[in-house]
Amino acid sequence: MYKILEKTQFSEKVFEFRVEAPEMAKHAHAGQFLMVRANETGERVPFTFADWNAEEGWVEFIFMVVGKTTEMLSKYEAGDEIEDLTGPLGQPTDMSGKGAWCVIGGGVGLAIAYPVARQLVATGHEVHAIMGARTKDLLLLEEQFRSLLPEDHIHITTDDGSYGEKGVVTAPLERLLQAKAVDQVFCVGPVPMMKFSSLTAEKYGTPITASLNPIMVDGTGMCGCCRVEVGGETKFACVDGPDFDATKVDWNDLRARQAAYRTEEGQALKAYEEANCACQR
Amino acid sequence: MPEVNGRWIADMKAPRTPDNEEPAAERAHDFRPVDKGFTEEMAVAEAARCMRCKKPLCVQGCPVNINIPAFIEKIYEHKFGEGLDIIHEQSMLPAICGRVCPQETQCEGKCIRGVKSQPVAIGQLERFLGDQPELASKPKLAPKNGKKVAVIGSGPSGITCAGELARNGFDVTVFEAFFTGGGVLVYGIPEFRLPKTVVKREIDGLKELGVKFQFNSVMGNLANSEELLGEKGFDAIYVATGAGLPKLLNIPGENLPNVFFANEYLTRVNLMKANKFPQYDTPTKHGKHVVVFGGGNVAMDSVRTALRLGADEVTLCYRRTEAEMPARRAEVLHAKAEGVKIHELVSPLEFIAGEDGAVCAVKVQDMKLGEPDASGRRRPVPIEGAVEEIPCDVAISAIGTNANPFAKKIGGMELNKWGYIVADEETGRTSNPKIWAGGDIVTGAATVILAMGAGKKAAADMTKVLLGKDE
Ligand SMILES: Cc1cc2nc3c(=O)[nH]c(=O)nc-3n(C[C@H](O)[C@H](O)[C@H](O)COP(=O)(O)OP(=O)(O)OC[C@H]3O[C@@H](n4cnc5c(N)ncnc54)[C@H](O)[C@@H]3O)c2cc1C
Ligand SMILES: Cc1cc2nc3c(=O)[nH]c(=O)nc-3n(C[C@H](O)[C@H](O)[C@H](O)COP(=O)(O)OP(=O)(O)OC[C@H]3O[C@@H](n4cnc5c(N)ncnc54)[C@H](O)[C@@H]3O)c2cc1C
Ligand code: SF4
Ligand code: SF4
Ligand code: FES
Repeated sequence: MYKILEKTQFSEKVFEFRVEAPEMAKHAHAGQFLMVRANETGERVPFTFADWNAEEGWVEFIFMVVGKTTEMLSKYEAGDEIEDLTGPLGQPTDMSGKGAWCVIGGGVGLAIAYPVARQLVATGHEVHAIMGARTKDLLLLEEQFRSLLPEDHIHITTDDGSYGEKGVVTAPLERLLQAKAVDQVFCVGPVPMMKFSSLTAEKYGTPITASLNPIMVDGTGMCGCCRVEVGGETKFACVDGPDFDATKVDWNDLRARQAAYRTEEGQALKAYEEANCACQR
Repeated sequence: MPEVNGRWIADMKAPRTPDNEEPAAERAHDFRPVDKGFTEEMAVAEAARCMRCKKPLCVQGCPVNINIPAFIEKIYEHKFGEGLDIIHEQSMLPAICGRVCPQETQCEGKCIRGVKSQPVAIGQLERFLGDQPELASKPKLAPKNGKKVAVIGSGPSGITCAGELARNGFDVTVFEAFFTGGGVLVYGIPEFRLPKTVVKREIDGLKELGVKFQFNSVMGNLANSEELLGEKGFDAIYVATGAGLPKLLNIPGENLPNVFFANEYLTRVNLMKANKFPQYDTPTKHGKHVVVFGGGNVAMDSVRTALRLGADEVTLCYRRTEAEMPARRAEVLHAKAEGVKIHELVSPLEFIAGEDGAVCAVKVQDMKLGEPDASGRRRPVPIEGAVEEIPCDVAISAIGTNANPFAKKIGGMELNKWGYIVADEETGRTSNPKIWAGGDIVTGAATVILAMGAGKKAAADMTKVLLGKDE
C-alpha cells in the first residue's frame, strides 16, 4: 500500500498526487514512469513522474481524468492508500544533446514535459517551453514553468484562443526553429500534436524526441502490449522507451493501438458511473 | 494382491488409472481446473502398478532425480506424509510439477512399464502427495546465521532458492516486479491447469519461514546488484528474473490491434482477471475466431484460454506437425478434446487489417517437412506458391521469448551475447562471486522443474560458500 501524502487539483479534471515511495524516489529520473493499480480489481496504468524527492521519500504524478481508473483515482484523498505502485520504469530522457532545447507539452503532456524541462535547466541547458492546451482552464503547471524559465522562453498556445496565442504548438515551434533558437526538441502530448511537431522539426533538420504513450500491461518488457513501430522496427515502449526519435515513429500504428479498447473503456466507465452515481444512493 | 510372501509383485494386469477429468464439453467454457487429480483409492491402485525397479529408469528421466519408486511405495502403504518427505528431498514443488512437468518425455517417458503397457502415472501420484502438504514433516530449521540474501524474481526458481536458504538460517528477501508472487505460475499458466491457490500456498509457506517479500520491485531500475551488495547490506544475490521480451514474428501487420503476444493475452486473463471484466478493470478481446501460432505449452494455454473466453472457433497453427509439438502431450489432447482445430504445417506471412483497422485475417504459407535440423526434428520448408488466408478477429503469437532486459540492468555479472546470464549449471555461480543465478534467465525458456532444480542447487552452493564451508 502506498499512502497519498498530498492531493492537488489543477483543474476540473487534472490532479496531482504526492505518494510515499522512498525507494522509488531514490531511483527516479526525468522521463521515467510508474504504474498504478488503484485497488485489488484495478487495471495497471502508467503515469510519468512529475517530481520526486529522495530525502523526503515521495514521488509525484499528475493525471487527467479520461476513463474509469483516472475517474476512480480522482476520488482518492490525502491519507488514502493506493494498492500498488511500481517503478521507476522505462528509460530516462536522454539529455546529452548540446545547445538549447525546446520542450513541448500538450494537455496532460505538460505534466511529463515539466520534469524534463526542470532537469534540463538543472544540467545547464537553455530551455524554451511550448505549452499547449485546448483551452485556458486545461493549461497545466504554468506557475511552475514560469518560475523555471525566463518570460520570453515560455510560449503558450490554446486551441480556442482563450489564453496565449490562438492555435497549436507548431506555430511557436516553427518560429523558434526559423530563428535557430533551439537545437533539440522534446515533445509529449496527443498523437497529432507529436506528429506535427515532428514534421515541423524534421523540416528544419532539428532532432526531436517524443515520449510515447501506448497501452501497457506489465511495463517491464514481458508482455509486448506496448509495442510501437519506430524506423520500421518494433520496439517495446516500456523498456526501450518511452522516448523515441519522433521522425521515425509510425503514428498511425500508435493511434490504432491506443484506441484498441475504446469500447471496453467506455463500458468500464459507464458501469463505474452507474454504480457511483449520487442519484442512485 | 501385490505383496506375495513379503515379495513385491506389481499389479501387471491393471491398466493405467485414467486421469480424473472434468468432461471436455463442460470444462471448455469456464476456468475450473480440468484435472481433479487422483482420489486416494485411485492413487493406491496406481501405486500398485509400479514394479519398484532396482535400477529405476524413471528416476534418470526426472531432471532432479526424485526417488520415484520410494515415494510410490509409501503411497501404496498409505504413508502419504513419508512419501512427501521423500519427494521434498529433491523437489519443493510437487503439487506444481506433478501438474505441469512434461512427464511423457521425462520420468514417465523412461518408465519400464511403458514398454509393454502404459507407464505408471508418476505425475499424478506426485501431485496427489503434493496436494496434501500438511502431512509432510515440519522442515528442520537451522539457527539464524546472520547472513542476508536477496532473491530477485518469485518464479519457481526464486521461491525454491528462497525457501531452501530460509531453512538454512539465512535472512531472505525476495524482490518481485509484480504485485504478487509466482512468476509464470501466476501470470502465464492458466487457472484451469494450475489453480492459483496451489501457488499461493507455496508463497504463504515461505512467509511462514520468515522469507520477506517486496512486491512492486523492479530490480535494476530500483536497486541494482551493486547497491544490494553495498548500501543495502546483502551478502549475496540469487537472480531468477525468468525469460523476457516476446520474440517477434517480424512479418507485416504484426502490430495491428487484436494481434497479441501470448504473454499479454495470458497475463490479462490470469493476473489481471480480464475474464471477469468489468468487475475487474482490465479488458481483453473475446475473439469469435481466434488463431494461435506455436506448438508449445504457451500456445496450448492460449488456445484453451480463447475457448474459455467464448470463441466459436479456435485454430492452432503450427509449422511442423502435431508429432513435433513441444507442448506436454496432455495439453495437446486436452485442447483437441475441447474443440481446438489444429492446422499443421503452416507459417504466418502477414496479418491483414479489416475495415475497423484491427486484424481480420492472416495469410499463411503452407509447409512440408524436409530434412532433420540440429534438434533432430524435421525442418519445415515452404511449399512454393501455397498460400492461404485464414479469417480471424484475434491472433496470438506464441513462438518464444528473448532474454529479460533487466538482467543487464541488475548488472555485475557476465551475460552471453543473447543477454542471458552465464552461470554454472551445477552451482548457479556467475562471474561475480556474490551473485548466483538460475531458471529461465540462464537456460532460456525451459521448464518449472529445471527452474526449481536450479534454485535448489544454488541455495546449497550459496550456503556452502557463505558459511565458509567451501573446498
Ligand atoms: C509511459 C506513459 C506515461 C503516461 N503518463 C501520463 C501522465 O503523466 N499523466 C496522465 O494523465 N496520463 C499519462 N499516461 C496516460 C495514462 O496512462 C492513461 O490516461 C490512463 O491509463 C487512462 O486510464 P483510464 O482507465 O482512466 O482510461 P481508459 O478509459 O481505460 O482509457 C482512456 C485512454 O487511455 C489510454 N489507456 C488506457 N489504459 C491504458 C493502459 N493500461 N496503459 C496506457 N494507456 C492506457 C488509452 O489510450 C485509452 O484510450 C501515460 C501513458 C503512458 C504509456
Ligand atoms: C504460458 C506458459 C506455460 C508454461 N507451461 C509449462 C508447463 O506446462 N510445464 C513446464 O514445466 N513449464 C512450463 N512453462 C515454462 C515455465 O513456466 C518456466 O520455465 C518457469 O516458470 C521459469 O521459472 P523462473 O523462476 O526462471 O522464472 P519465471 O517463472 O519467469 O519468474 C520470474 C519472476 O521474476 C520477476 N522479475 C522479472 N524481472 C524482475 C526484476 N527486474 N526485478 C524483480 N522481479 C523480476 C517476474 O515478474 C517473475 O515473477 C510455461 C511457461 C509459460 C509462459
Ligand atoms: S518432478 Fe517432474 S519429471 Fe520429476 S518425477 Fe515429478 S513429474 Fe516426473
Ligand atoms: S520405472 Fe516405472 S515401474 Fe520402474 S520404478 Fe519407475 S515408475 Fe516404477
Ligand atoms: S507493457 Fe508489457 S512489454 Fe511493455
